Amino acid sequence: MIDNQRKNKIALMMIHFITLVVVLILALLLIDIFSRGLPYVNWHFLTGASKPFQAGGGIGMQLFNSFYLLILTMIISFPIALGAAIYLNQYAKQNWVTSVLRTSIEILSSLPSVVVGLFGFLLFVIQFGYGFSIISGALTLTVFNLPLLTRSIEDSLAGVDKAQLQGGLGLGLSKFETIIHIVVPAALPNIISGVILSAGRIFGEAAALIYTAGQSAPQLDFTDWNPFNAASPLNPMRPAETLAVHIWKINSEGIMPDVTQQSAGAAAVLLLAILLFNFLARFIGRRLFMKMTSAKAK
Amino acid sequence: MAEVIIESKQLDLFYGYFQALKKINLQFETNQIAALIGPSGCGKSTFLRCLNRMNDLVDGVKIDGEVLYEKQDIYAPNTNLVELRKQIGMVFQQPNPFPFSVYDNVAFGLRLAGVKDKKLLDEKVEKSLRQAAVWEEVKDKLHTNALSFSGGQQQRICIARVLAVSPKIILLDEPTSALDPISSAKIEETLINLKKEYTIIMVTHNLAQASRISDKTVFFMDGQVVEAAATKKMFLNPEKTATADYLAGKFG
Repeated sequence: MIDNQRKNKIALMMIHFITLVVVLILALLLIDIFSRGLPYVNWHFLTGASKPFQAGGGIGMQLFNSFYLLILTMIISFPIALGAAIYLNQYAKQNWVTSVLRTSIEILSSLPSVVVGLFGFLLFVIQFGYGFSIISGALTLTVFNLPLLTRSIEDSLAGVDKAQLQGGLGLGLSKFETIIHIVVPAALPNIISGVILSAGRIFGEAAALIYTAGQSAPQLDFTDWNPFNAASPLNPMRPAETLAVHIWKINSEGIMPDVTQQSAGAAAVLLLAILLFNFLARFIGRRLFMKMTSAKAK
Repeated sequence: MAEVIIESKQLDLFYGYFQALKKINLQFETNQIAALIGPSGCGKSTFLRCLNRMNDLVDGVKIDGEVLYEKQDIYAPNTNLVELRKQIGMVFQQPNPFPFSVYDNVAFGLRLAGVKDKKLLDEKVEKSLRQAAVWEEVKDKLHTNALSFSGGQQQRICIARVLAVSPKIILLDEPTSALDPISSAKIEETLINLKKEYTIIMVTHNLAQASRISDKTVFFMDGQVVEAAATKKMFLNPEKTATADYLAGKFG
């Protein structure tokens, strides 16, 4: 008896210790990056253009590019992922076609992003002739994002009580109507959490973009919102270095005198954005869930 | 004699190789409550689900025979399932309100059918909730999420939701088995009132409930109808020994 209790205690201590180590590593990382980077973050840094040869550049264009690329990727990948998830969760029969489909999605989701990037380079940049552009980047990120987003939406749909589907059908709704009007709304809180979390991953992605969205951030004219003009921020055919790519680039070949500060500042901003995405996902997801299930606030 | 609204003829149902229903011939008349009783696994719920083709959702189900609703075979290939299920609504064992407000739940079917007139929706929602005997309890909370009400209230909201699309028949699959006695009593009262306008067919495990509210009782065993008769007659004077034994609580 005593022996068992002691074993239990030791095991518990080990688990606590391991957890502590994980948390500590994360905390040290965050403290390190923020303490080095945040002092350089100011309005000028956040909005100014980067300067390849002089000190005092900013990351304005890169920051905008990151968000624009993210939004474009989501616009392309969300409908596809939703459709695929609905099919897999509600319509697909349990047969070999479905299982091949599922396996492919799993394999696709474990592809290294640099491989996805090279694939995007060959297909979108070269074959389709889109060049180093936002659209090439967005399509590549879609390839990168689709499997995980599909999986997360499918899981959210699977979490909806089957009784809801039956209720809709019993009411004389077609299966499709039931799915669109009942099952998807009921799964919405989890779907949104999944979308925002995958947004964080897209936002921090660099390897898949180096060969697709390019490594240059031309000066944008923020007064020109016509997407067909070359200097317009909305033009999807222009090259667009994102924040993550920018960090990689200045660290590997940056020659501005303040390269260390630039890189530290950019890293801090990137990390902050991703943290923000995570908190947002939790917050919005929980809020929506409470509203939809009217679960009592805890 | 009231007219027959729905009947099954030589209805067989197979789950794979297992025959769950064997040659079921039953008739149900308008403005009556019929109770389907029998031990677990006897096929009563399966039969109920045949009446609005909810079994179509289950993989590997094969059905032979006919179900005639207003003289039309609902298993005919040209049947409009969506229309059928509007005419023959269903309430389930577990209350399953949608995760929206009470109002949106009840107005749901109407809105999807294209009703946009706010006044008409208001009227219909109130009428349905009144018919389901839950109006007094929810009238001040119509825009509260339906899931925040008690199980009994949720179940009556679900009944109201079905009533709103004006069905002719309401199928109920053990509607009170997940509820406490007081809520159950309210639902029973509701059903008795509803029978004036609708035809009700319900599955129940609760024999006392069947004897209290139904006009006709059908006793199922092993996928067959052992006895179908007026409720009073069956409970007082069953024809078959198996029925008598089941009603006396000797098995089941």
